[in-house]
Amino acid sequence: MTIVAGYIVPGMPHPLLAPERSPAWQTIRDAFEKVREEIEAAEADLLLIYSTQWLSVIGHQVQADPAPEWTHVDPEWHELGEIPYRFRIDADYAEAYAKAARARGLHTRTVAYRGFPIDTGSVVALKLLNPDNRLPACIVSCNMYADRAETLVLGKAASDALRSSGKRAIAVSVTALSNRLFTEEIDPAKDHVSSRKDDEWNRKLVELLGEGRLEDVSQLAREFSAQAFGDQKLKAIWWLAALMGQHNRYEGRAFAYQPIWGTGAAVVGLTPTDRAAAAQEFDEADAEVFAGDRGVLTGNSSGAATHSSSPVTHSSSSVTHSSSPGLTRGSTVVSDAISVAAAPRPVGAYPHARRVGGLLFLSGIGPRDPKTDSIPGGPVHDSEGRSQKYDVALQTRAVIENVKTILEASGSSLARVIDVTVYLIDMDRDFATFNRVYGEHFAGVGATRTTVAIKALPTPIAVEFKVIAAAE
Amino acid sequence: MSGGGSIVLGALAPHPPHLVYGENPPQNEPRSEGGWDVLRWGYERLRQSLATKEFDVLIVHSPHWRTHVGHHILGVPHFESRSVDPIFPNLFRYDYKLDVDVALAEAIHDEARHAGLTAKMMRNPHFRVDYGTLTACHLANPSWNKPIVGLSSNGAYFYFSNEVGNEQMALLGEATRRAVEKSGRRAVLLASCSLSHRHFTVEPDPPEDMSKEHIYHHGQYLWDMRVLELMRHGKTRELMDELPDFLDQTESEAKSGALTWLLSALGMPTYPAQVHAYGTVIGTGNAVVEWDPKRSAP
Repeated sequence: MTIVAGYIVPGMPHPLLAPERSPAWQTIRDAFEKVREEIEAAEADLLLIYSTQWLSVIGHQVQADPAPEWTHVDPEWHELGEIPYRFRIDADYAEAYAKAARARGLHTRTVAYRGFPIDTGSVVALKLLNPDNRLPACIVSCNMYADRAETLVLGKAASDALRSSGKRAIAVSVTALSNRLFTEEIDPAKDHVSSRKDDEWNRKLVELLGEGRLEDVSQLAREFSAQAFGDQKLKAIWWLAALMGQHNRYEGRAFAYQPIWGTGAAVVGLTPTDRAAAAQEFDEADAEVFAGDRGVLTGNSSGAATHSSSPVTHSSSSVTHSSSPGLTRGSTVVSDAISVAAAPRPVGAYPHARRVGGLLFLSGIGPRDPKTDSIPGGPVHDSEGRSQKYDVALQTRAVIENVKTILEASGSSLARVIDVTVYLIDMDRDFATFNRVYGEHFAGVGATRTTVAIKALPTPIAVEFKVIAAAE
Repeated sequence: MSGGGSIVLGALAPHPPHLVYGENPPQNEPRSEGGWDVLRWGYERLRQSLATKEFDVLIVHSPHWRTHVGHHILGVPHFESRSVDPIFPNLFRYDYKLDVDVALAEAIHDEARHAGLTAKMMRNPHFRVDYGTLTACHLANPSWNKPIVGLSSNGAYFYFSNEVGNEQMALLGEATRRAVEKSGRRAVLLASCSLSHRHFTVEPDPPEDMSKEHIYHHGQYLWDMRVLELMRHGKTRELMDELPDFLDQTESEAKSGALTWLLSALGMPTYPAQVHAYGTVIGTGNAVVEWDPKRSAP
């Protein structure tokens, strides 16, 4: 078991810096203390933290400075005082986490810079839960644009890294529930959740979590956030649920639920058990890899984005692009996106292929000649839309040749194709001919295939393949 | 406070850390091969313009000091520390020393409260000044030979609505102007924000690879040009009318309130603004724009 226990805690600094000013804040502080005791008694190697207050926009960041040290002052609550800290970070795990996240398609980097501003939420959690740095920690950012799929994948990547490193972790999601702050000064002694509606939603979530129904809460997160202004859409719950296995088999403990400056603050513990707390109803799709819009710079027209671990090198006087080991025939690796010079130019902002883990996902590939852009067998219509005679056998052969070019440039081959989706613009006219040519090349491959008729393709071609193949 | 103070110049002064990174100043640890030159040249022209002015203080409104409980104002005489951009730590690790005009800061605080706004002085000496403030001030006045006043960005636009945010920032702008006039200071105002703000979420390697830099999409460009045309023709009241739509359509960073604060402090100029530069940074639209109140003279 890679996760010993999971916790949800608030990140506001009040329970750390001024618990005596409010009974509510003191209750939260006391709950932190109970969690600290549980963590101390647990056999874990690592404290894994996701904080909604560490916002990133360029993918995700993982703290990798082994001993970050600073005197932190919250930008909003500076009058509460400063928080000097020196933490112990598991830099090896941070690197493993970033690597695992990249393998699942997430743009991720580690940060290890003197003076990097660790967010208030992470600082509060580490000061109250791990005051002596008994456990090394790992902190990961909350991408402000990430939605559910990306955050689930981020949680699963944390689990991948735990498995590969053989470590047992305690996971901590630092988040408010409802996040509506009072916008004027208040009397802390009279702090309360900012609306009855928010309060009722918070209580429902705490009740479910107390029953161990983490996945049910994860499924409810969107609705909760829409109704009660959830902290960063309650991404921290998605991350925790994905990391802990996406089920309801937990023993839940609701240590406290109180207001902090109008927000809903809960301290909850979840320990894996064999017994399901409830039969969950899964409404939303799961995600294993991220294939969202983080590659918006990629593609022919806008050039290629890279990150520091890509094989694109950079010198002080010039920029050179080098091929990755194993990649040949003029291919350029862009993160995990692949563009191949010897293949037809894409007609939009997409690469020819994208590698995720051991799989290659090819974009839709047509028959256009890579050198002349002409269509073997002729176009299906002329520039004014008048139908033309065309040879689907020649087009199909050209498609297969282009697919082969891309696969081989990416370190794969036709023999390693797993699945093919074929698009034909005229099934009645073309299927038999296409099918014969296809068989000439794929008969011994054993790839699964689906053939569908569609109205049109972006260029005047009759056939296009969408291919998934084993990478190596 | 002696009276007779004035705002001698107002500027839209965007704060992408990329621009400081591109300049390679000694305070910033990362090194670059340049980049974003047109915007940096625009700041150069702004600095030339400032060199012809006598001024005592820079007042800056920054989106990256976000507050919810009112408007906060730096209230410590001197800061010396290191700022690391949490988003772009690879570009901005900047050692700063700066002085604050605390008397003027307190005067703005008092005027803001008098106007009915929630305002608070930031008195904690360990406070780290945000990189939006530092970047705008560095680019406008790299010698740091003038004190600053730093204003936080209240999140009313996000928390309530564009209209509520605009209303608050207009009051804060007027309060700033009154405080400056009563103080006898000659002040330069910097609104530290970009225009359109949809941006790429991956980064080229190296970040200053200008072959990858362009506006995020054409619609943003059109909106930015519309806004700059209104500025260039002195139509700031019309700009304020259209601002809520601009904020929604382009996710503009003017949603921080900085632009509204600036134009309000300048009395909604009807004289032409001077656009020193327009350029993009990771797809966002940025402009260095100057308003010289002397141009309002008949």
